[in-house]
Order: sequence, then C-alpha cells, then structure tokens
Amino acid sequence: MEKTIKSKVFVLSDNIDTDQIIPAEHLVYSLTDGNEAKLYGKFALSGVPAQLSGLPNGNINFVKDNTTTSEYSIILAGKNFGCGSSREHAPFALQKAGVKAVIAESYARIFYRNAVDGGFLIPFESNEKLNDKFSTGDEVEIDLENYTLTNITKNTKYQLKKLGDILPIIEAGNLFEYARKNQLT
Amino acid sequence: MGMTITEKIFANSAKKLRVIPGENVWLNVDILMTHDVCGPPTIEIWQREFGENAKIFDKNKLVIFPDHYIFTANTQANRNVQILRDFAKKHNLPHYYDPGTDRYKGVCHIALAEEGFNVPGTVIFGTDSHTCTAGAFGLFSTGVGNSDAAFILGTGKIWEKVPESMKFSFYGEMPNYLMAKDLILRILGDIGTDGATYRAMEFDGDTIFSLSMEERMTLTNMAIEAGGINGIIQCDKVCEEYVKQRTNKSYEIFTSDPDAKYFAKYEYDTSKIEPLVAKPHSPDNVDTVRSVQGTKLTKCYIGSCTGGKITDYIAAAKLLEGKKVKTTTVIVPATTLIAQQLDEIKINDKTINQIFADAGCVVGQPSCAACLGGPADTIGRAQDGEVIISTTNRNFPGRMGSKNSQVYLASALTVAASALNGFITDPRDFL
Repeated sequence: MEKTIKSKVFVLSDNIDTDQIIPAEHLVYSLTDGNEAKLYGKFALSGVPAQLSGLPNGNINFVKDNTTTSEYSIILAGKNFGCGSSREHAPFALQKAGVKAVIAESYARIFYRNAVDGGFLIPFESNEKLNDKFSTGDEVEIDLENYTLTNITKNTKYQLKKLGDILPIIEAGNLFEYARKNQLT
Repeated sequence: MGMTITEKIFANSAKKLRVIPGENVWLNVDILMTHDVCGPPTIEIWQREFGENAKIFDKNKLVIFPDHYIFTANTQANRNVQILRDFAKKHNLPHYYDPGTDRYKGVCHIALAEEGFNVPGTVIFGTDSHTCTAGAFGLFSTGVGNSDAAFILGTGKIWEKVPESMKFSFYGEMPNYLMAKDLILRILGDIGTDGATYRAMEFDGDTIFSLSMEERMTLTNMAIEAGGINGIIQCDKVCEEYVKQRTNKSYEIFTSDPDAKYFAKYEYDTSKIEPLVAKPHSPDNVDTVRSVQGTKLTKCYIGSCTGGKITDYIAAAKLLEGKKVKTTTVIVPATTLIAQQLDEIKINDKTINQIFADAGCVVGQPSCAACLGGPADTIGRAQDGEVIISTTNRNFPGRMGSKNSQVYLASALTVAASALNGFITDPRDFL
C-alpha cells in the first residue's frame, strides 16, 4: 500500500448513486477485454447531471472527451456515496479512470464492500462534511499512515476516520488475497 | 438479551449460539443468485481466483436468471447471456433459466419466489441490490458485487457484519386506495436514502400480516432504497402456504424475541397514510400524490421487481377497466408466469390483458426493461425531457434512461389513475 496519494480532487454532492457513476447502458462491456474495459473509464461519472459535475461550479467533465482516464485520482463527496445498485462495475469504472481513493461522509454498503473486497480503490470516511470546503481541481494529499487529508491549494488539513476492520483486506489487495493469506479458502 | 430475527438467522448460518451487531461473521450461503449483467464478470473473477480447476461450491445452490438485457439487439448484451448459457451447459447447472426457451422466467427476485427458492430461515446472496426482496419470506437476503459473489461461488461462504435492526410496525386495516408501495415510501420519506445503511429493516404489525406475499415483497424490495442490508418479515401462515405450494424443502421459522434490541422503532397508523409519490430525483423525496396532482406526464410505467407483480396488475386493471389512458402507458410484467396470469385472470369477464389492450396500454415482454434504462432499444426507456410516473424502485438522475428525464415513483394504483388523466392523479379520484 502506498503511504500517500496526491492528486487534483473532483468534488461531488450527496447520494452519488451507481447509475451516476456508470450508467446502466454501459454495463454490457467486458471487464476483462483490455480495450473494451477502457470504456468503463471513459464513461465513469458520466451520469452525474452537468450542473453537479465538479463542484462548486459544475459543468466539468470527469473524463475529458476522447480519453479514457481522468486527471483526478481522488474524489471527494458528501453522504451515501455509491447508493443504488450492486454493480461492481461502479468502483471498477472509477479505478479504470485512475481513481485511487474516494473520501465521503458515508457510503452505501454494497459499493463500500465492492471497493474493498474487489481491491479497486480505498473508501475513506471524513469526520465532517467537506465537499463544501474543497473546489474541484484543488491539489490534495492523503496520508494513509496518519489518516489526514491536506488541501495543498487552500492550505487546510482534515482528519479522516480510520479504516478499521477492512484495513487487512485493503492491505492484502482484495478479499481473495486476504483469504489466502489467512488460510480461509 | 434477546435477538432479532435477522440476528438469529445470522447465528444459525454462522453456526454460533448468538451474534452481536457490529461483529464480523462468516455466513454459510444457502442460495447464490446471479443474472446477465453481473453473472459473466462474477464467473470471470471466480475463474481467475480459483484457477483452471475452480469448483462451484454447490451446483444446487446456484441460481441464474438472465433478466436485465434480454429483448435487445445489443450484441454485447447478447454476448453476456451467451456466456451464462455456455457456463450453465459446461457445468450442467440445474437452475439456469435460458431466454428464448420455455424455461425463461424473467426478473430474478420474483422468479426466485415463484420457483420455491425462498425458504424461510435461510441465507440468500445475489448480485443485485434488490436481492433483499426475498426477506419477505422470513429469511436473510442481500445484494453483493461480483467479487463477493465469486468468493461465494468458490467457497459457499462470505464475511458479513452483523447488522443492527430497525423495526417498522404498521397497524390497522389497509384502505383500498393504498398499496405496500405507499407504506415503504412513507418510511423512505421519514428516514431517507441512508436512514437504514447497513441495518436490517424488520416489518411488523397487523397491516403487514394482512398483505399478500407479493405486496410484502414490495416492502422488503425497497429496503435497499433506505440503505438497508436486508428487509425482513417473519414467516406466518400466508408465507408458509406460499412456500409449501412451491417447494418440498424443510424450513425453519425464526422470530424476534420480545426483548430484542433495536436501533430504532417506528409505528404507523395505516389509516392515516395517504397515497404517496417519490418526486425526482430521489426515492426519499416523498410527498402526497395530492400535492403534485396535475403534473403533466409523458409516460406511465408499470413493471419491475417492485411494481410488476400480479397484484400490481390486478390493482391497475380494476381502475383501467372500460376506460382509456390519456398518455403512453407501458406494462412490463416481471415474469413469464405473471405474463401468463394476465391472460388467465379475469375481472368482470375480461382478462387483465384485454383490459390493458382496450385501455390503450402497451404490454412488453417479461424482464427488467426500463426500470434501469438499459440499452437504447429497451421498451419504455426514458428519453430526454420525459416526465414519467413509474411503479419501479429508483428515480436517481438517469436511472430509467436519460438523465434529462424526471421520474416519479408510486403505487400501481396511483400510476393507473394518472394514466387515465395524463397527469399525476390520486387513485381515490377513481375509487
């Protein structure tokens, strides 16, 4: 596991459901065929209404036209991130787009499990509402050892919640690696 | 300290005397269910992780219902169904229900009930968030992603955190203008889309036990819309009767102890509840039908695991009988059995299908269809600028297709009444 993640941040609102993360019409692509799987990156967060895409101003494409990866490796959102369907294509699409971590006030259960058990990205929880204190494009850094989030652009620092029970799965890489390491399979 | 029904099923499955909310346990899975959207990637992960000689934990416990993207010309969607078909053939799976054959069923959650897989006291995992529907049969069921499903496919086990429970009790006779949809919308309005995150939602009270299994499934189905890990209703005589007609499997009835601990308890006087809608763009944006009465509609939709059951169509047909709809009205029965029942069940000497045809409705083939938008050629899919009232479960932006559409969620009664006027209408206007 890396010790820090540094990137420009993409800011979103509450209740970003899995249809906004990857609209259902795109769920037909293969997740294993290299070229086809890139389409998940291309369409990541394409379901977010334009005015809410990249707060506070909106109208920012998470993935630029004609590309399949995003310049934003960290997403900062409000409450109940990943609510809605069980599609693991959602954290997969974010990973394909280059996302390494999401920071949200809270998560829906299935998205949270998928992110961790599938080893796609790290779902951090913030102690407070942060998506009104950051602007899309701010340079931020997550310190994974001390659970801090620094906004380099705005020169502010916030504490994140510890990962707790799921940390060993994240450290192992995914649920399968964790199970093999602990001789559970 | 007593245990809730969910805690007792967890303890039984984890082979423990008792469990405490917050602890992580390994559950033994009785049924793993998947479909055409999440089945192929689940199989790929299972193959990758368990290798060339990967074994299915128990073929009799694996159930595959292709249901999402069935009636489409989309070649990638059709390829996904073919992957399931090949997998079922290679492993000689007993519970695969192939589209294009008379084994095809349709929407997995309703087919699971119809085919007798919902056995009280058991543990069901499925690669679909609405797997919680099966909890109407006094069992634990929940949705997971592909990796968790692949882990189950190879081992028959999965880790799960024991949830806290919330109890929702409804008392009194169900008025003729209400359906279970109104009750669950009432809860969603009260607790919000994250009001039950990672918690069990237990439904109780004499109103609940007066409902048919179909109506009970509407309640448990939408537990996920409040973030619940599961919805659950204790199995009673009505439930036992339904189960016994469909399976010979033995079952165990678990009940919550009187001194079981709940995170919260909500009590409702059913007679005080009004017909409700969830306004765009969230299932918890709840209001009375009366307060949005008159909203012009481009489409009415009656279908899905939530609102495409036979009870939904009987309710709608009673309103539509002998009348004409004033806006596009799309009917997509959840399963092939329900589609057949539409041709068999009569109201005043006319089959439900005749009533729908005479009223000017369009009837599609059983599948998930426009509930989740789907490929461009999906029947009923939301187009730019549409205003739709639907019996489905979610109305987040773009859920039914275009993110520039607006979706209201309501009961089949409210949708049928609205179809007759072409604008959102309280069903009491026609009862």
